[in-house]
Amino acid sequence: MFDLQFAPVIASLPALLQGLWLTVKLSFIAIVCGASLGLIVAMLRSMAPPKLRWPANIYVELIRNTPFLVQLYIIFFGLPSFGVKVTAVEAGLLAMTINLGAYSTEIFRAGIDSIHRSQIEAAQALALTPLQIFRHIVLKPAVQKVWPSLVSQFVLIMLTSSVCSFISVEELSGAANTIQSATFRSFETYIIAGLMYLALAIVLKVGLFAAGSYIFGRRTRKPLLPASAMTSPILKDAQS
Amino acid sequence: MPIVQVEDLRKSFGPLEVLKGVSLTVERGQVVALLGRSGSGKSTLLRCLNGLEQIKSGRIEIAGHKMSYSAAALRDLRKDVGIVFQSFNLFPHMSVLQNVALAPRLSKGLQKSEAEGIALEMLSKVGLLEKQGAYPDQLSGGQQQRVAIARSLAMQPKVMLFDEVTSSLDPELTQEVLVVMERLAADGMTMLLVTHEMEFARKVATTTVFMHQGLVHEAGSSNAIFAEPQTKEFRQFLGNAA
Amino acid sequence: MIRDFGLQEFWFLITATRWTLVLTIAASILGGILGLIVALARVSVFPWLRATAAAYITVVQGIPALILLFLSYYGLSKAGYDLSPIVAASISLSIYASGYLGDIWRGAIQSVPLQQWEASTSLALTRGQQYRHIILPQSIRIALPPTVGFLVQLVKNTSVVSIVGVVELARSGQLINNATFQPFRVFIVVATIYFAICYPLSVASKHFEVKFNAYRAS
Repeated sequence: MFDLQFAPVIASLPALLQGLWLTVKLSFIAIVCGASLGLIVAMLRSMAPPKLRWPANIYVELIRNTPFLVQLYIIFFGLPSFGVKVTAVEAGLLAMTINLGAYSTEIFRAGIDSIHRSQIEAAQALALTPLQIFRHIVLKPAVQKVWPSLVSQFVLIMLTSSVCSFISVEELSGAANTIQSATFRSFETYIIAGLMYLALAIVLKVGLFAAGSYIFGRRTRKPLLPASAMTSPILKDAQS
Repeated sequence: MPIVQVEDLRKSFGPLEVLKGVSLTVERGQVVALLGRSGSGKSTLLRCLNGLEQIKSGRIEIAGHKMSYSAAALRDLRKDVGIVFQSFNLFPHMSVLQNVALAPRLSKGLQKSEAEGIALEMLSKVGLLEKQGAYPDQLSGGQQQRVAIARSLAMQPKVMLFDEVTSSLDPELTQEVLVVMERLAADGMTMLLVTHEMEFARKVATTTVFMHQGLVHEAGSSNAIFAEPQTKEFRQFLGNAA
Repeated sequence: MIRDFGLQEFWFLITATRWTLVLTIAASILGGILGLIVALARVSVFPWLRATAAAYITVVQGIPALILLFLSYYGLSKAGYDLSPIVAASISLSIYASGYLGDIWRGAIQSVPLQQWEASTSLALTRGQQYRHIILPQSIRIALPPTVGFLVQLVKNTSVVSIVGVVELARSGQLINNATFQPFRVFIVVATIYFAICYPLSVASKHFEVKFNAYRAS
């Protein structure tokens, strides 16, 4: 039934690794740019009066309620019709950045909103400006609180890079597509590609959590669970 | 020229009028204890004095600042009027030294070394110099509150406000904070304290103000007031509190 | 011949949307059943079952939906099953959904307060009865917001199944674009249709979130 031949795929390993490398590069740039975008929007939204927050809200809802593929198509196929030329890689990066920006701004917002009013009051009572308050009092604790959610989102955007293969970007999925059509070993090719994604996802997660420990110092706090989220002793072993 | 002048202050939270026309005068160096039941408006009055609550009508002049609610005016006022909160509100992600040195550096624009120098001086004033590298969650409640006092002192304010600063402390830890406050009073700081510590009020406060349902019912020298309560509400309050 | 994007093209998009909805519903149901099994396995008393479920969840959440789609599509054909694209796509999306729903529901089960377990144990209920009468009903309330939120993800992920030959909404948009060369117009309409499906679900999810928190607060 299952006749698996990995040899032809192994032979094409260099091409796959090249694709993996492009995935890594795309993800890295998208994470840095997307998270920065998200943070800036979150900061502007928190400092703006409630009536002026709607642009950020519209941005977030539009991105979160439409598929990445369609966002990609709009950028890649749509921009040239306005005279803006983009390569497939550029379009992919732009789409990933805008996409991550929307998701991360929501995450940052949750973190910012979780900073207790008393902290802000104490800072105000010390005559700090709103910008100083954001930078010194709000930012670090807020990001620390939502770090696990951010990490999950970063891993997700890395996985989403696979969709860029639809516009012929030769990242890991694109490379896998090319190889499987040449070798006719589709299943095996995608198993290898899948394992590479899995490895990358794990490395990314572990690395980012380690970075979190380093940045937020002395001790990492677990994500805040609701008050009722106590695990039963029966389930204690289930938490691995 | 009194350092705090409050005239006919009114403040409402929605439909509820919490301050119904409060007037108060404080001279430099006086220590004023604000007493009263919960809901009497004493904490609200205190918070109005540094602009954390906005008044509906009336006049406040404190430490040479006429109360104005523009952001810049408030910041200017808060450089001269310090406040210590019931729940300490230390910044959890910063060390004790960083907590105390932050405002001198950012609000007053001092150099880091200068700000830290002042911070260390204030920390030794409250007896916590050796804890400068510790983080708030490593300190007891009493220690945290003393750091909070040092943090306010580092701004070198002209008036200090204390909002029930020992109410969330275990009895054993209250003493260390009261000792610091007593020392501050002896050094001549103008202080307004909302407190439930009757003994402390009687001993340290030069003036006592009793508030009831948004109005000042009694005000005067502490000795006189405690010896001869004039109003029945105050008598009741003392009866219960003693 | 280049066509203009008009009512006929718009109708083509709408009919393709039909497949988007079919795929979503099929994957929700199949993925839901599978996800429940995964969730229960994940919290079971048997370590090997928990480990298997944990591994399953890690793998499904650690690879792109696209790769999962390819694996199940080519895997199924290698196993000798000759399936129509829509069935193959539904199966892959179900596996994708089960990995996420299983994790969400595991979290919901574990969020049921300790006291509930203690109370039901002391009433001498069997584990099965505990689950059926006490734990699962309460988990549902906790699970509802993220589950509805995930449905939004599911709808959006149907957009990648075009690669195995299903002409759902995104693919039909591409086809129309190839015929009309009016990408902006076409894909904005496509995006709007997705938005019309997803936004109500997002709003519902937030609504349940608020409702649930209010319940807990009381």
